[in-house]
Formats: sequence, C-alpha cells, structure tokens
Amino acid sequence: MIHKFEKFGNYIVLDVNSGSVHVVDELTFKLLDFFKDGDIDLDAAEVLTEKFTKEEILETCGEIKELIKAGTLFSEDWHDEIAKKERRDPVVKAMCLHVAHDCNLRCKYCFADKGAYEGETGLMSLETGKKAIDFVIKSSGKRKNIEIDFFGGEPLMNFDTTCSILEYAKAEGEKHGKNFRFTITTNGLLLDDKKLDYINKNMSNIVLSIDGRKEVNDRVRVRADGTGSYDSIVDKFKKVADSRNQDNYYVRGTYTGYNKDFAADVLHLADLGFKQISIEPVVAAPEVDYSLKEEDLPKLFEEYDKLAEEMRKRNKEGHGFNFFHFMIDLTGGPCALKRVSGCGAGCEYVAVTPEGDIYPCHQFVGKKEYKMGSVWDGSFDREKSEEYAKINVYTKEACKDCFAKFYCSGGCLASSANYAGGIDKPYKIACELERKRVECALALEVEKLQ
Amino acid sequence: MKHIKTVTKSTLKETICKGGCGECQTSCQSACKTSCTVANQKCENK
Repeated sequence: MIHKFEKFGNYIVLDVNSGSVHVVDELTFKLLDFFKDGDIDLDAAEVLTEKFTKEEILETCGEIKELIKAGTLFSEDWHDEIAKKERRDPVVKAMCLHVAHDCNLRCKYCFADKGAYEGETGLMSLETGKKAIDFVIKSSGKRKNIEIDFFGGEPLMNFDTTCSILEYAKAEGEKHGKNFRFTITTNGLLLDDKKLDYINKNMSNIVLSIDGRKEVNDRVRVRADGTGSYDSIVDKFKKVADSRNQDNYYVRGTYTGYNKDFAADVLHLADLGFKQISIEPVVAAPEVDYSLKEEDLPKLFEEYDKLAEEMRKRNKEGHGFNFFHFMIDLTGGPCALKRVSGCGAGCEYVAVTPEGDIYPCHQFVGKKEYKMGSVWDGSFDREKSEEYAKINVYTKEACKDCFAKFYCSGGCLASSANYAGGIDKPYKIACELERKRVECALALEVEKLQ
Repeated sequence: MKHIKTVTKSTLKETICKGGCGECQTSCQSACKTSCTVANQKCENK
C-alpha cells in the first residue's frame, strides 16, 4: 500500500507498511498508478508515452522494481508478525489525575462540563491521591516510567494537594524503582512565581491553555462574569516558556466552528514568541453551533495548508516553531507495536476522579457506564481492560485502507464512542483532519531531510 | 537513482522484534488530550 501526493512542488510517495518516504519525479508519480501486485501493466501505461519516451518509462520501472525488492515500496503488511508477538502483560503506566473537578473558567466548549464532568464539583484529597499513586505503582508491572498528568477542571485550584501527591509519588517511586514523570495542564489564572518555580523544578511538562488571538480566546474562554482570560495569562505564559528555555511545555488551544481560520491563531501564538504550540479541533456534539462539521473540512484543510506554507517559510528563515500535529519522526519514532495500539486508554492509561473512581481516560470521566473501578478498594475491571487492550488499527475496519493509520494509531477512543457509534469506529471528521495533518507533516519533514 | 530519491528508508516491521517495551510516553499525556497522535512520540528503547 502506498500513498502519494504533491506538496511544496514535491511529488511525495509514502510506503505505508515500511514507513519509507520517497520524493519522485512526475513520471514515477504517474507510473506508480499502473503497478499492481509488484508488477506493471505496461499496456495500460502506454498512455504515458504521450509525454515520456518508452526508454524513460522502462528505466523508471526498473527503479521502482528495485525499491519493491528492497521492501520500501508496496511492502507487505506485517500484521501476522504482530499477531505472533507475545502480548505484553497488561499494565497501567500512565494516569490522568483529576485533582480538581472545579474550574475558575467557564469555557463554552469544555468537554469537562466546566470542570464538574456532569457530577459534583470537588477537589481530590491527599488520601485519594496517595491511593491513586499506590494503584499505578502496583499496576505498572515491570515498567519503570510512569506518567502522571495533574488535570482538572483547574489543577491549580488544588495546588497544595497536587504538590503533596507529587512528593508522595517521588518517594514511593524511589522505593519501588519507578521513575515518575509529571505534567500539569492549566488555564494559568492562578499561576504565580512560587507555583511556577515548583512546577519547573518537579514537572517534565506543562500544558498552558490559550486559544490564540485575544478575540478568539475571549469569546469562549471566559470567567463566570463573562470576561475573557487572555489579558491575565498571556504574559505569564511567555514567562513560563522562557523559564523552561522554550522547551518541555505547550501552549495548547482549541479551535471551533467560531474560528475556522485557526491558522491565524497558531501564528499569533508563534508571533508572541512561543515555540511549542498545539491547537486542536474542538470535541463537540454535531448539534452545537461551535462544532466542526463535514462541510467545514475544505476550509479546515485550507487552513492546515496555509499553516504548513508559513511554517515552511519560517523554517527556512531560521525562526521556525513546533506545531504538535505537524511533528513527525521519520527517522525513528515509535515501534510498530506502539503505532498499532495507540493511546492505551482503558488499559495502559486511565483517569482518576477526585473521588478515586477509575475511568478509561479523562474524556470518559462522568459517564458512569464506563467506570472501571476505584483506587479506594483497588478494584479494576480487568476484563474490560483486556477489551480496550485488544483494540488496534487492525480491529477497526475503517483503518485498514487508511495511509495514516501508523501515525494516528486508530484515533481517539472517546471521540469514537461519543460521535461515531462505538470505540472501534473511528470518527470521520477526526480521520479526515488527521490525514490532512499527516500529509502536511510529511511534506515539511521531507523538506528538512532533503 | 535518476527518478526516485529515498528520503527515509524505514522498515517498521523490524521494530516488532525489539519493540513493545512500553516505556514510551502515553500519547495523550503530552499535549493533545482530545485526539491521538503517535507519530511524534520518542522510542525509549534505543
């Protein structure tokens, strides 16, 4: 299986199963259409003689066949090899810790129901946090690296407890040979120098919520009194980015149906000096007015193109920045097993509520039918976890013929469950956007590597 | 080659043998929280 497309004046060919990427000339680009099962239909390719000589066609055929032999074009699917590989022990190695189901913002698109997740507002106690840490250590098997994301709501509303949980995790980690890595996701309103100093000393990543231009941010990211957050956070976020040497952080925003011209928001953040940027499509039911709809896709594709073009220009001028969804590692990156299995929600990755309830991931929190257990009594639905563990790009019909499957690993399970009718049914709009982003990412990377 | 320039010669299949240690970052923890992307994840078993 191959995928070919033209971008930035390059004819790019991705060999999906091997992950090899080639830049080809126009003749090769067209000739590839006539290859089937590793061989060419020369009679059908005759049509190319209108523009190219027979000698050129045969010469190009030879080059294509050489790459087929080398396993970097039309390479075989390796699903059988994966199936033969012994399944690893089921472990939990990453946890989204909901230290606060409360928030000092009332963002209009919030999937977390303004922090409450369709339940009561509340803060996690230290005791619950400790139980969660005990649970993940016990469930992590032989894995050394364990990730904890302090999440909400707004985690800075419960910062003292967050720090105490972190200290407990570090101490317990040392006892049990575990290396904890901490992240915090914050809207920044309560961030001050003291908290930043602690975060910088103890957390490997910080995610800062801002949507881009002031008018875009302040339309949806509002306090209870309706005022927007932009003016209160932008200088603080600049300080955070600089204090971390422009690394190991993200300014992270959401684009919605209100700002389909979101490339301007990414570039606004880049112009403010941020080097690590992530702006992502809103997760919302189709009926709400800010949701993204299928008819929006051409406009959204255009925006990704616009963004890629500008990033290409800035890369060449020496003042580039990272856009999370255009980051792709063509020379290494994750192994095949990771690429097939994805985010690990419900098996390797879980979310824990302030009450200690366990859910497959943060986006399932509050949907009682998905509850998997509790850190208080150590219960964890292993049967359900096994079901999640079995989901991969080969179990999803829609992924089979998709060229992007080894880059997105099958998409977000929560979006599938919420909007596509089941965890094994990828959400079409998300898939379309992912394919577009992978093309842009490949094209940008090809330019860098050439 | 005259008509084809290989930018990256990757063989995902070969990573099956040594892969699967599971020490790498969980994709949703880095920044996204609403989508799924593994392409930018780092392998920790090199």
